[in-house]
Amino acid sequence: MPQFLNIARIALIGLRRDRFALALSFLLPIIFFAVFAMIYSGHGSTTPKISIIVVDQDHSQASAQLLHSLQNEDSLKVATGPEPTKENPTPPDYTAASAEAAVKAGDVPVALIIPSGYGLHPISFGPAQPATQIELLNDSSDIIAPQMVNGLLQKAAMTSMPTTMAQQGMDLTGRNIGGFTPEQQKRVDAQMAAMRKYMADPANANRPSSSGGGGMIQVHSRAVVGENKPNPMIAFYAAAFGVMFLLWTASGAAGSLLDEAESGTLDRVLASRVSMGTLLAGKMTFAILLAFTQLTAMFVFGWLVYRVDLPHHIPGFVVMGLSTAFAVAAFGMLLASICRSRAQLGALSTIVIMSMSAIGGSMFPRYFMPKAMQTAGLFTINGWAIDGFTKVFWRDMPVSALWPQVTVLVSTGVVLFLIARQIARRWDYA
Amino acid sequence: MAAAVFPVPPPHPAPLLVSGLVKHFGSVKAVDNISLELHSGECLGLLGPNGAGKSTLIRAIVGRVAPDAGAISIFGAPAGSPAACAAIGWIPQELALYPRLTAAENLRAFGRYSGLTGKPLSDAVAWCLNWSALEDRADALVRTLSGGMKRRLNMAAGLIHQPRLVLMDEPTVGVDPQSRNRIFEMIEALRDRGMTIIYTTHYMEEAERLADRIAIVDHGRIIALDTHQALIQNCFTASAQVIARFRDSSPALSVWASTHGGSLKDSTAEFAIDHPTDLARLLDSAAAAGLDLEDLALRRPNLESVFLHLTGRELRD
Repeated sequence: MPQFLNIARIALIGLRRDRFALALSFLLPIIFFAVFAMIYSGHGSTTPKISIIVVDQDHSQASAQLLHSLQNEDSLKVATGPEPTKENPTPPDYTAASAEAAVKAGDVPVALIIPSGYGLHPISFGPAQPATQIELLNDSSDIIAPQMVNGLLQKAAMTSMPTTMAQQGMDLTGRNIGGFTPEQQKRVDAQMAAMRKYMADPANANRPSSSGGGGMIQVHSRAVVGENKPNPMIAFYAAAFGVMFLLWTASGAAGSLLDEAESGTLDRVLASRVSMGTLLAGKMTFAILLAFTQLTAMFVFGWLVYRVDLPHHIPGFVVMGLSTAFAVAAFGMLLASICRSRAQLGALSTIVIMSMSAIGGSMFPRYFMPKAMQTAGLFTINGWAIDGFTKVFWRDMPVSALWPQVTVLVSTGVVLFLIARQIARRWDYA
Repeated sequence: MAAAVFPVPPPHPAPLLVSGLVKHFGSVKAVDNISLELHSGECLGLLGPNGAGKSTLIRAIVGRVAPDAGAISIFGAPAGSPAACAAIGWIPQELALYPRLTAAENLRAFGRYSGLTGKPLSDAVAWCLNWSALEDRADALVRTLSGGMKRRLNMAAGLIHQPRLVLMDEPTVGVDPQSRNRIFEMIEALRDRGMTIIYTTHYMEEAERLADRIAIVDHGRIIALDTHQALIQNCFTASAQVIARFRDSSPALSVWASTHGGSLKDSTAEFAIDHPTDLARLLDSAAAAGLDLEDLALRRPNLESVFLHLTGRELRD
């Protein structure tokens, strides 16, 4: 047998006898393929809906038509009031202030405020024509949602308000040509009456219009979150990539446990006055410090180079940084305790970390993903950590607002550490 | 791990008391009802082939193997207890060191694991570096040390907390003869200080040189335990052995061997003789019987012979 075939044969035997590595070599690409296919294809569902809040301060026929039209859009999930709860079964509708607060809190990416008087001039055919502006409040971390909503507003003008549009068109024509003759005015009024009658029929209310044009509804956009951020997405990416690399760091740091088990050092240490619990706690402390230092370095770099506003968010950063470092360190301890060798740890951590990072939003924002994937992201450390850092650096929320993320991350860390301790019992005694 | 309970503790507890120890790994009985008592200041050699159960016995004493049955007491404390851990210095067969730390840093790390701090720790590190002749390599990373130096440091790390009972599990594995001699000198220095030692090996020369008593271990059992001389005398009344290998195995060979009180295996006959003149008599009678002698060896009985005598196998099988 030629030597190169002999070498290949030996490698093949080695792979065949490491069944875990063999399984992973086939499973790894399939798992990644499935995860990314789910994210990009929407797992068979339709395009993810954009949640928006609409506040109707006008209560006119035009504003009602507009709201109705938006509610019928498949790509929008429109809310005019908060979801009823047991404590508050009939919550009041959103106001401009509560809608803005909801955008700031990250509950929705966009809120529309239809102001009083909108019905008088709902659309315009140019700058010379008066029109009441709808206010679009947005979170500038989501660059897609406001543009979609703006486009859908213009579509609504075309499809849901033909009578309004026709009336204003006639008025504009009349002004520009010096007024209609009585006969012309009579015909125009008759046409408008027929159109109103036609549109009053529910069967015709939402029939798409073929008329063209754009920008007839005047929209004033205002970013209520991130409007003064010098580099809007940098803080997000610092957190997103930071958490992903923290997971690698923690996994690598915990891997020293396997090295020491293999070399016999672990046995020797456990034969001294050190217990397994103490040993794991020591390893975890190191992993926490390493992860937090790494995160700090990343944000300091972001501050120096990309003007991420670290100095004004230090308390929030420390709280989120330590919570995240604790969770990822415990995660690393769990992976290391499950695996029997460095090779196994490498393969398993690749699968788990890449999957968690993809689902949890470390590779691209979760709001781009289908709803089911967004929910799945809540089962990852990345998802909660990114949400927390976003609250700190994006939404400028106080430390007290971080309690859900801190609670989940710390609880996750405790649970993972306890599981790791249980699994590590195999090293306690032979 | 089950705590060992001894109903009536002796007034001066023995450094080591093992009674009825049993340990299975799956269907393999690694330790089979071993009982053992070690005297203060004694060096006990555990001699046996690879897989005999020596390391499992050591690991059980250290508290790293939970026995299925039996009890172990170290100076009156059950194995695995804090008192026992403090009393024991374990030198494992593996190089259980931190490769990215220096020699001195390793010693300090293991010293701290054993509860040493401050000046006692510094003194202990200095003593260990001196004892292992590594003072000039104290600041060298472990991975840059030679194999022999690593072995010595591995031993020193087991002694950093000045234990009263030292367990050495084949500490000379993989070292060159010069380094081995250096290690022997280190162990002899410990013996001179009156330290109680268990030394496992499958090299009879090491057991002969270092051990006051030798326990021969095979298939998880101690099949003989005594001093070197007593083990030989108990097995062999004669002062020398003759091993004669012939070209063919024939009925005449069998008759000749049994006539002279020897044993025969294949075409090799083995005799015990007390005087050199007995050898000439044997050879004459073989020639007279027409046997075709191929090879002849005369040797004094040693531990290898004892092991062969007791088990029917070579020590290094």
